[in-house]
Amino acid sequence: MIKALAYFLEIIRGALVTTRHFIVNMWFHILNLFGIKTKRKGAVTIQYPEEKKEIAYRHRSLHRLLKRDNGRPRCVVCMLCATTCPSECIYIEAAEDPADDEFQKYPATFIIDLSRCCFCGFCVEACPEDALRMDTQKIELAEYSRLDLIYDLEKLVQ
Amino acid sequence: MIDTLIVLAKIVLALAWFLTLTLYLTWLERKESAVIQDRIGANRASILGLRLIGLFQPFADAIKMIFKEDFTPPFSKKFLHNLAPFTSFFFVAVTVAVIPFGDKIEIAGRTINLQIVDTHVGLLLILALLSLGIYGILLSGWSSNNRYTIIGGLRGAAQMISYEIALGLSLVGLILVYPSLRLSTIVAYQGEHFFGWIPKWGVFLQPLGFLLFLFAALAETKRVPFDLPEGESEIIGFFTEYSGLKWGMFMMTDFMEVVIVSCLLTTLFFGGWQVPWLFADGFHFPWGPVWTLPRAVVVILQLLAFNLKVFFFCWFQILVRWTYPRFRYDQLMDFGWKLLIPLCIVNIIGTAIILSL
Repeated sequence: MIKALAYFLEIIRGALVTTRHFIVNMWFHILNLFGIKTKRKGAVTIQYPEEKKEIAYRHRSLHRLLKRDNGRPRCVVCMLCATTCPSECIYIEAAEDPADDEFQKYPATFIIDLSRCCFCGFCVEACPEDALRMDTQKIELAEYSRLDLIYDLEKLVQ
Repeated sequence: MIDTLIVLAKIVLALAWFLTLTLYLTWLERKESAVIQDRIGANRASILGLRLIGLFQPFADAIKMIFKEDFTPPFSKKFLHNLAPFTSFFFVAVTVAVIPFGDKIEIAGRTINLQIVDTHVGLLLILALLSLGIYGILLSGWSSNNRYTIIGGLRGAAQMISYEIALGLSLVGLILVYPSLRLSTIVAYQGEHFFGWIPKWGVFLQPLGFLLFLFAALAETKRVPFDLPEGESEIIGFFTEYSGLKWGMFMMTDFMEVVIVSCLLTTLFFGGWQVPWLFADGFHFPWGPVWTLPRAVVVILQLLAFNLKVFFFCWFQILVRWTYPRFRYDQLMDFGWKLLIPLCIVNIIGTAIILSL
């Protein structure tokens, strides 16, 4: 009987917790409905496609290839990124440009297959030339076709 | 002729009220649970970009359910399988017939009772119809020919029968106090006041009876703290094999039971359409002043009061549903048989002793 009574008190306490949440949140919802700005909102929801959460500075988002002053990619085809990549999703073909005295080697193709990429960031860590970064802040990478997820040099340089 | 038309109009209006409230309870359930859990809830259903905080959601749900395939599994007992949702739906839907929505009104020399059937067995009729709702659960559990549905059906039947006793017994004290089983008389009786101050509502006459009835009625609606027949996370419930509109009917039945329980709580314990200190000719405040109101305003106030009370109890039941976890089966049975029923009997004996003094 005492046990039942103890349960009963806890049951009432539980109801008070949810009622408090309801009343407090409803109060802020109503204030916001009438256009009164409050520091706190009625819900913690972020209405995603319309509202977006700010992405952290160090967040690993879509890759990009950096360019040198002359417009060429900084990549010197050392293949470190392709070697370290655990998903084996980077494919690079080298080409030579004798006209450039400083860096004669440059990538003819540089393909990252995002359908395999696990966004570990090892390629960025490995790159000795600081040619590859993952700081575009683009995270909405869904496509209707897998072929669209294969990013080539042109798409990566942008 | 006109009498028949009036009765038909009353039936249509009452059912429309009932079904609209039921439909919007689904919306309320989503929104209220969202507010309790610091979320926003369904707000994306729109007509031409007009969202209105998700008020079109019930219609979107209904359209989805209508166009879904109504699949009858080949191993089921077809006739009973089709019958079950309708049984369940029908017995709840007809209970609205005896609920008094308001006082008698007079239009063009004709007295209209704002109640479809003013029968002298109103209370018993509601209890009987609510308990017949078990057949829907049992039939659906049995006819689906699926292990889990039959577990759900059996649990449902056991739970309903256990709590039916508590539900009936918790009202016996009330029946001792009130002069009649006729719901309109019960409501009229609650229009009086103790010492001219406190309205003579059932909750003040029978506080223990109210609590017992509340628990038993919550168990009758078989929603979350008592949702063992459904048990979403373990057996999926007695309607596992249903889809489309028939599943929707079970869902509707659930919400209709919430509305009916709210109506019953309002009618029996919270004075039905009575507003404290409001009499047929206006407010008579206990500290003296009299505020005379036209008859039409009084009737509208009473209808509003009834709706407000029903709405409050719907809100309360949804709050309960989103607060408590499900009972274990033995806890459920213990609660029903070892706590509710003895307390009901104590309540009956106590009431009888006080009344005989």
